[in-house]
Amino acid sequence: MSILEVSHIEKHFGGTSVLKDVSFSMEEGSTLAIIGSSGSGKTTLLRCLNFLEKPNQGTIAVKGEMLYDAANAKSERESELRRKRLHFGMVFQSFNLFPQYTALENVMLAERLLAEEQPDFKQNKKEIYAAIEEHGKQLLDRMGLSERMDHYPHQLSGGQQQRVAIARALALKPDILCFDEPTSALDPELTGEVLKVIKNLAKQKTTMIIVTHEMAFARDVADHVIFMDGGVIVEQGDPHQVIDHPREERTKQFLSRYAQG
Amino acid sequence: MFWTVTQSLLSGLWTTFVIFILTLIFALPLGLVLAFGSMSKFKPLRYLVQLLVWVIRGTPLMLQLIIIFYGPGLWLSHNIWSGNEAGRITATVVAFTINYACYFSVIFRGGIEGVPAGQSEAGQVLGMTKRQIFFKITLLQMIKRIVPPMSNEIITLVKDTSLARIIAAYELTFAGFSFMKSAGLTWPLFYTGVFYLAFVGILTILFNFIERKLDYFK
Repeated sequence: MSILEVSHIEKHFGGTSVLKDVSFSMEEGSTLAIIGSSGSGKTTLLRCLNFLEKPNQGTIAVKGEMLYDAANAKSERESELRRKRLHFGMVFQSFNLFPQYTALENVMLAERLLAEEQPDFKQNKKEIYAAIEEHGKQLLDRMGLSERMDHYPHQLSGGQQQRVAIARALALKPDILCFDEPTSALDPELTGEVLKVIKNLAKQKTTMIIVTHEMAFARDVADHVIFMDGGVIVEQGDPHQVIDHPREERTKQFLSRYAQG
Repeated sequence: MFWTVTQSLLSGLWTTFVIFILTLIFALPLGLVLAFGSMSKFKPLRYLVQLLVWVIRGTPLMLQLIIIFYGPGLWLSHNIWSGNEAGRITATVVAFTINYACYFSVIFRGGIEGVPAGQSEAGQVLGMTKRQIFFKITLLQMIKRIVPPMSNEIITLVKDTSLARIIAAYELTFAGFSFMKSAGLTWPLFYTGVFYLAFVGILTILFNFIERKLDYFK
């Protein structure tokens, strides 16, 4: 059974239609790359999955559980959406680390706040916090940042900041980790370290959706590629097929621009 | 003579301090309310607040003080402020609170809007509530942003208290000036300046301290 089932998503801002009848599904442990030019709707799609935008039409289901149905979205309270968001992790293009917290505190913050809602929090506060700290350190260690845990974001390079952001997104053990152009805000010499981390996550069978401009990387790491243009999915399939032997004219045009650039 | 002048100035300083501190106590929360009002999605409220801010910031504080102190007596034919010193100080605090709340509201609004949207989005996707996002993420970043403009405004407030002289409240400048009128002395005026400098100096040290405390992040 697929881990994620997205059906007939529509999104418009005012009169402009940004997503038109977008449907796709993905398997647990797979990596999905979404490619397409700016304004094709790929970032909006990712934001819909995290409920940062609410789709006007369509449904989103994770592991067979219906998380969002635009038909009765009016009844979706913010408090319910809040819990549902936890199925997804999100890594932003501009990192969005919290500047007043250290790398480790950034990773631990959400887990600590959620722990406060546990019934046994007051009795076992120390043990719970210790476990969260242990977990946070492990995650940063996996990102190769064990030396940087107590640094504040402004003391870190862009690549290091993005790796902290990945650790922060992993902390709540999301079912699906989403990346919104994770290397677009980085200097070229820093993209490698972030891509390497994502590649490792793919090897460990983390379920991921990656919106990216890095074609070589998408071909390398993804099990499945979606090409979007003008708010619709134009073509999808195996990365070698979509990127190396595209069928659709629009995909060919888009990729040839990349080949020239 | 020096001792007499010092005593008078100290008593004037007390009034100045009372006006200063009460204005801060009332204008800070009122400013925050106005800031939220000026960002409200409810248009009539937003326009009303923006109109108020425009009128208050567009007219002299001295004019506002005169209207608030003398207006009620002339319109209602009885003076709500009572003619004594306490009444004058109350009227001053009311005028100053309205005026400064408007200035503060603009600063607060800038501070709130200056925190990038990505910050609260990052909190949202981590399952935080609106409350948690405000208190754990946005608030401190907002405070850091507004400390420099707020310190400017608060230092201006110290000196603006001298406007209370226009309705004969016995504050620091009035105290210093009275010796020129009665005895033709000018040195008490310079002495008065020293009091203001000391007051502002203490505040400057305080604000520098806060700024340094918040310097650990960017």
